[in-house]
Amino acid sequence: MINGIILYSIAIILVSISFIKDRNKTKDALKQSWKMFRNILPDILSIMLFVGLSLSILTPSFISSILGEKSGLMGIVYSTIIGSFALIPSFIVFPLGDTLVENGAGLPQVAALMSTMMAVGVITIPMEQKFFGRGFAYTRNAAGIVMSLLFAYIIWVVMG
Amino acid sequence: MNTLKRYRFFFILIIALVILTFLNQRLGWKAFQLTGNSLINMLFLLPPVLVFVSLLDKWVEKETLIKYMGKQSGIYGTLFALVLGVIAAGPLYVAFPMAVLFLQKGASIRYIVFFLGVWTTAKIPTAIYEFTSFGIKFTLIHICFGLVFYYILGIIYEKFYEGRSLLKYDLKEERSM
Repeated sequence: MINGIILYSIAIILVSISFIKDRNKTKDALKQSWKMFRNILPDILSIMLFVGLSLSILTPSFISSILGEKSGLMGIVYSTIIGSFALIPSFIVFPLGDTLVENGAGLPQVAALMSTMMAVGVITIPMEQKFFGRGFAYTRNAAGIVMSLLFAYIIWVVMG
Repeated sequence: MNTLKRYRFFFILIIALVILTFLNQRLGWKAFQLTGNSLINMLFLLPPVLVFVSLLDKWVEKETLIKYMGKQSGIYGTLFALVLGVIAAGPLYVAFPMAVLFLQKGASIRYIVFFLGVWTTAKIPTAIYEFTSFGIKFTLIHICFGLVFYYILGIIYEKFYEGRSLLKYDLKEERSM
């Protein structure tokens, strides 16, 4: 909310400055923003719906029942899968992880879950693919999974 | 017809939501509310960011951006990608249009990969939550490891995409698919 107000204020100020300097350029820019918005809207709407579904189904008690302290390697596998599909806003990811640990989930498993939630988005691949092509979208997400697994491993060794 | 096709996945998800509501009314309603919430959050973030992107597109010369984020930009490119990713607000789908614009303006793929990576690991607003929930050690391991990982990944991508264009479609063009 507060972020939004700041962003909108900056946007309005910048548009005003731009408008004073060059009317046509500014009009073009605004038209272009609107076109971009319309182009990505279908993907964004799907993403929003999926966020709603993820958040309602993946309750802390449900996840921590899968990722118990002794869930070991399989727990990491499950959390990687859940985290890759789920779309959870990043400001919710860490408080959620905290609740999971309190409910008895293991730290490395939660680390893998949180890291994949932020870095991997199977559901956003179609959108990413439209921008950067299939190869990039798939490999970037795969790299996100590798990164998350390594991170979980480091946490396991260092803090486990 | 085209419009219908573009919204295909959205309709599938709507159907999933309806089925969920049938199975469990409370859960379905919750999902509906959460979707509404995230839509509002999206409307706070995405439109101003798209305005920034377009203004940047109109006012910043290609040469300038190449100087700071192009192949020869050296430490500047890394620093810019780092700063842009760290001060980021919002989910990754906000970063995609920005990345597309930078690429169109001649930024090196190396810094774009790094930028997206920083965005997914080291955003300041998120890092604050991480720090308060998991402590300094956990947060530092996460961020430092993430930065090194994505820096190396950027170098690998640059080698791999040598001379090939990454962009599949022009964000500014009307899409007809």
